Amino acid sequence: MIRNRTGPARGAGLPVEPMDALMPPPMPPLVEMTGITKTFLSVKALSNVDFRLLPGEVHVLFGENGAGKSTLISILSGVYKQTSGSLRIDGQEVELQSVHDAAKFGIGTVFQEFSLVPTLRVYENVYLGREPRRGLFLDRRAMIAGAQNLFDELDFEIDVRRPVSALSRAEQQMVEIAKAFLAKARVLILDEPTASLTEKETRKLFGFIARARAEGVGIIYISHRIQEFAEIADQISVLRDGRMIATVSAKETSEHALVELMTGRAIDQIYPEIARGTDGEIVLSLTDIISAGVHGVSVDVRAGEVLGVAGLVGSGKSRLWRSVLGLQPIRAGRVMLKGRDVTGKATRELLRGGVFYLPPDRKTEGLQLAATARDNIALSLLGRDDVSNRIGFISPRRSRELADGIAARVDISPSYLNRSVSKLSGGNQQKVLFGKGFAKEHDIYIFDEPTVGVDMGTRSALYRLIKEIAEAGKAVVVVSSDLTEVMHLAHRLVVFSKGRIAAELTGAAISEENVLKHFFADTRVPA
Amino acid sequence: MTVSQGSPVLTDTEAPKRNLVLAAIRGLFLRVGVLPFFLAATLVVFALVSAQFLSIQNLTNVARQSVYLVLVSLGQMLVLITGGFDLSVGTAIALTSVVSALAMVALVAAMPDLVWVAIILGAFAGFGAALLVGCLNGLGVAQFGVSPFIMTLGLQSIGAGIALFLTGGVPVSGLPFDFGNFFGFGRVFGVPVPVLFAIVAIIVMWLIMNRTIFGAHVYAVGGNLKAANLSGVNTRKVLFFAYALCALLASLAGVLMTARVESGETNLGGTIALESIAACVIAGVSLRGGIGRVENVVLGAFFIVLLQNGMNIAQIGSYLQMVLLGSLLVLAVILDQVRYRMLVGSR
Repeated sequence: MIRNRTGPARGAGLPVEPMDALMPPPMPPLVEMTGITKTFLSVKALSNVDFRLLPGEVHVLFGENGAGKSTLISILSGVYKQTSGSLRIDGQEVELQSVHDAAKFGIGTVFQEFSLVPTLRVYENVYLGREPRRGLFLDRRAMIAGAQNLFDELDFEIDVRRPVSALSRAEQQMVEIAKAFLAKARVLILDEPTASLTEKETRKLFGFIARARAEGVGIIYISHRIQEFAEIADQISVLRDGRMIATVSAKETSEHALVELMTGRAIDQIYPEIARGTDGEIVLSLTDIISAGVHGVSVDVRAGEVLGVAGLVGSGKSRLWRSVLGLQPIRAGRVMLKGRDVTGKATRELLRGGVFYLPPDRKTEGLQLAATARDNIALSLLGRDDVSNRIGFISPRRSRELADGIAARVDISPSYLNRSVSKLSGGNQQKVLFGKGFAKEHDIYIFDEPTVGVDMGTRSALYRLIKEIAEAGKAVVVVSSDLTEVMHLAHRLVVFSKGRIAAELTGAAISEENVLKHFFADTRVPA
Repeated sequence: MTVSQGSPVLTDTEAPKRNLVLAAIRGLFLRVGVLPFFLAATLVVFALVSAQFLSIQNLTNVARQSVYLVLVSLGQMLVLITGGFDLSVGTAIALTSVVSALAMVALVAAMPDLVWVAIILGAFAGFGAALLVGCLNGLGVAQFGVSPFIMTLGLQSIGAGIALFLTGGVPVSGLPFDFGNFFGFGRVFGVPVPVLFAIVAIIVMWLIMNRTIFGAHVYAVGGNLKAANLSGVNTRKVLFFAYALCALLASLAGVLMTARVESGETNLGGTIALESIAACVIAGVSLRGGIGRVENVVLGAFFIVLLQNGMNIAQIGSYLQMVLLGSLLVLAVILDQVRYRMLVGSR
């Protein structure tokens, strides 16, 4: 599925130049981070990372979720302070106390989330924290004019007087980008800026990056889209498990080599081969579902089959299942679960009817954060006959035994079971969440972003659990923003675009090219 | 904070007129909230009950009576917009009343010739006491991350206890005549002095919220605390000053109320925390923070006093009035939820 850019003859084993072997830089580096280590409580998020950014360079940070990219840029943008190591800007050693501090050194960051205030207007957001004043008062006129100017210059069409809450995700992303440009940053950090942009908007952004780069701005670019790198990147640094694995020149590497660097192993070692059940019965049948962000979707899920669901953020791929589960109202359409009409039923009835749902955000929707790992699993055991004694009271001993059995099955170390889940790593938290799925028998398992923020080792363990479930003849739905993941797991893949299914692919037709083609499809007009 | 209606909402409104009216009502509800509907209902109902209700004299009376709630509601709004609330406004008033009265009585006794100096210094002693309450609230919420509910509830008890301790529960009498005569009953150019204070406070608050960086940051902190922080806003400072300013506004109301009753009382402002929150919520201030407008809050406070006035005229007993006011608050919050869902759904 990975296209090799450097030539057909070269494969995975492409030689990679380590950082030291590069020529000495002609200019002093804009940013030089040496021996950066960051620990959260006892978890090491970064260990001994070196990173260097030159003026006029587009430097890609590449790596898994949880590899440490976000932590690294958070240190550079003043959100976190490193545990050890030094940070130099223009050769001067600096200590950044806050985001404000970093901005003073010319570091501008486009965060992936959390940096727009939805209740404020666009221009207020753009100027937030650096409002122009006239005397005692805000200079609103200057803010509006300045913001409008900036958007014109960027060629983004947005009325700056609109409240941010009324903008689409892509438009919000554009506001974020504009905000960073306003500060006249010399170091621009873009954290997955294209994740929710359309093709056209991405073009505009790339044009602007090229201009900024020509003016000597150093750009740190985080992205998962390998296809973009050849076009915009100069250098690519690969992080894995908090370590800097290598820094390579964009011209001298290939997609295959990058993926191997990122994961530390060949792709086929990570994803198990899942045997497909033959002609399984239809467990869940959706007909013309209309709901917020979902505009008429029909799809069947069969026993023994893994249905992959791909699409951009906001494409409706996640909201479809949320409406099926009664988490958001269904306006029209029909949901049949094992031949029974369950349209618009309460969530608990669907769960009782044999659905297991793994929510995309384990911290807000999945786990009781203050409770122990064992108690989280035990919570899902409630209602099982064998945890209660004859009168109907819960037996703590039985409950513990069953929970521990499940923990062993999903490979959680017994020493973690008495700890509060908030203290566990993302990978172990996710295992707890999977464990809840094994507490009872279900007919259909819906996994929404099953491996978000989880390290590679845990991922392959989770994939094996999915394989186990599917091969036991259950119906499985995997919704994921990680294209590689969903492509490798799915027997059948539906691609969402703008609230509709843009394509349904099976077998050999599941290729990155095919999927990406449909990501931006305008599904309102039948092709 | 008007909400843009640019997005395609519902396209099935083909039938004319009646749907147009419905759409207009819906639009008004989405933009301003429940206040216009409540206000209209009150005016119609009580105008039918009594012809006296809509007389100029009665309405002027309501305007004068609403001064205190307007001042407190402005402070409450500030804190609500940051995403918190202040249950200790009543205590700030009681403390102001008791401390300023005690100070004035003592100062007048010490320097009988300088009555006005004693009055001014006494008032500032009251401001100081309330400011202490506000600063403690701000410190707890901003610096130590105590939930506003617990912090202000705690201080409400602390302040009330101190006020009772200082006076032994007995009203402080013997205030200088000029104090009540001017701040309570005086008129300048025919306008009651308390009304003048309220007008100045409204203008200053409007300027702060709409024309200053502090105001912009208050909205930002309530709209998304993390985002404000990442944009370089000193969120702790903003929270601290919001609580301090809220207490100060309550304190101003406290001084004016003390002048009106001509004694320092611990039971002034007993129900004002509930009333001010009700005034704000009915006026469309979001309990989630980030949304709220000065002019609407003034109208909201006016509405509450108008309602109480109407109920008095209609001879509804004060016990029943409490039931009604509480119900109205809950209803306003329910409608606010409905409005929020409609706003989100129409995106």
